[in-house]
Amino acid sequence: MEFFDIFLVEAMLNGLLLGGLLALLSLGLNLIFGVIDVVWISYAELMMIGMYAIYWTHTMMGWPLYLAFIVGVGGVALLGAAMHWFIIRPVLSAEPINQLLVTGGVLFFLQAVATVVFGIDFKNIGIRLPSFMLGDISLSMARLIAFAVAMVAIAATYLFLNKTYAGTAIRAISQDRAIMPLMGVNPGRIYLLTSAVGGALAGLAACLLVLQYDIHPAIGLSFGPITFLVCVMGGLGNLIGGFVAAFIFAQLISVGGFVFAIEWGYVLAFVFFIAMMFIRPEGILTQRR
Amino acid sequence: MSHFTSTHFFRVLLVLLVAAPWLGLGPYPLHLIIMSLLLGFIYTSWALMGRLGLVSLGHGAFLGIGAYAVVLLWNQYGLSPFLGTLVAVAVTVVLALIIGYPCFRFKIVGHYFALVTLALAEVVRLVIVAERDLTGGSLGLTPKPGIPEGETFSIWAMQSSTRVVWFYLILLCWLFALWVWRRVDHSMQRDALQAISEEEDAAASIGINVTRTKLQITVLSAVMTCLGGVLYAQYQLYINPETVSGIGISLQMVFGVIAGGMFVMLGPTFGAVFLLALQEILRVLIGNQVHGLDLLIYGALLVFFIIKMPKGILGTWLERRT
Repeated sequence: MEFFDIFLVEAMLNGLLLGGLLALLSLGLNLIFGVIDVVWISYAELMMIGMYAIYWTHTMMGWPLYLAFIVGVGGVALLGAAMHWFIIRPVLSAEPINQLLVTGGVLFFLQAVATVVFGIDFKNIGIRLPSFMLGDISLSMARLIAFAVAMVAIAATYLFLNKTYAGTAIRAISQDRAIMPLMGVNPGRIYLLTSAVGGALAGLAACLLVLQYDIHPAIGLSFGPITFLVCVMGGLGNLIGGFVAAFIFAQLISVGGFVFAIEWGYVLAFVFFIAMMFIRPEGILTQRR
Repeated sequence: MSHFTSTHFFRVLLVLLVAAPWLGLGPYPLHLIIMSLLLGFIYTSWALMGRLGLVSLGHGAFLGIGAYAVVLLWNQYGLSPFLGTLVAVAVTVVLALIIGYPCFRFKIVGHYFALVTLALAEVVRLVIVAERDLTGGSLGLTPKPGIPEGETFSIWAMQSSTRVVWFYLILLCWLFALWVWRRVDHSMQRDALQAISEEEDAAASIGINVTRTKLQITVLSAVMTCLGGVLYAQYQLYINPETVSGIGISLQMVFGVIAGGMFVMLGPTFGAVFLLALQEILRVLIGNQVHGLDLLIYGALLVFFIIKMPKGILGTWLERRT
């Protein structure tokens, strides 16, 4: 194989596009962790529910796609808020392991809900966007759109966090949980808002994924583990670290999958993750104390 | 057996268990008891480290190594599962050290430890799936039949067509796990580990070798889980990557232990019985018409139990009594 194999370049480009999606997913999870200090193992399952919501409204109810997307984003935002209110709020002062596990129970629950309602068959919304050629490289339109939208959404979230009052409160809470109530910020309300924003980001990811993938109850498992490894490698709660880590991971998966076989790409990414934990346990961008 | 626990409950349970195959239960209930004991063995092995704050979400890795190493060596080279077990244990020890040493050396704890081990479980699952020419990939693997014509069991092949043999073997292993639990409980290490799980730096300051103590319990727990994998493969005579490795089974182990209660000796076993009973009851009540409904109730109950009974069913019950 030549070094500048055209297919290698294609794999790297696809890795870049996948990186955008992973960055979007890990942003939501990271935000929730940074503020509430709980890892939602079921985060990718919220996205899976969003994909079914879009399928249901668009394909089964016949709503136009943009309405279905609004339902997807809004629905998962509500689901995120509900998840916080009914599941996380009661265990906020419990052992961290119980907080982690309760979201694991939600993972099984949401998968089962999807299975009961829609069955285990693969579904899709019947939209397949064309590929186009860039020189000799074939690129999928859906992936390109997903990448662009993910970048815009990440930028918007960044602006929200930095330019609005609510965003500032969220950042403040994540920096010092104890002092903010004294400053007149209601942590409960901020937690709820953060969970809804995190949910909305998962809902947006759902909109982008229905254009590329078939929907089935276990699709969350293909994205979930990768998403929280990205967050951990970037340093849990470190939004910029997560962003960088998403692209590193995506390259490993894509190029590794191209050079060896698709599963080996993932194995490579996981092994790299474990190695990085030992080299930089606080995340790739954090200075070692 | 009285040194296990002084309560009458345990003695009665033990007598009932030893007599179980002769009570005319029929093959299916006996199978459920065997599975309870087997899962009880595996969950207890997990809880050895889990209750001391070392929450591993990666024990599926060790279970998978035990199951696959033994079946592959038997199918490919005709190596007896007893010898295969030695290989599997060796691999497990090496892997547990490779993961454990840096984790403990660099003080990777809590969420981070859980997620590192979870990555490990996924690595093992993906390797099994990727090597599909050898392992059969997602379709799974069956050990070649090794029972000679006219016999009901073969020690060399570690296979038996009668459940009673399996019942007593797994009962012994389960008792062994409880014995280990007791030994750890009464050892110096136990106090050291308790101290470490509460305040790591303080423990180190009074001369406890934190890294070594944690490694010992991790290797012990991993090796026993690996043995559980061997037993599972040889008893079920079918394994696939999803049921013996990866996130699903790793989480299920933790759930079982949490549901039962990880701070009492019989808690993990109680969790195993509870999860199995729940599955069976839901299966019988709901049947197979609505696919996934049993899992739905199962998931909801798990969430409910973790919120309402963080110490587990048995743990909460014992606490209320005292």
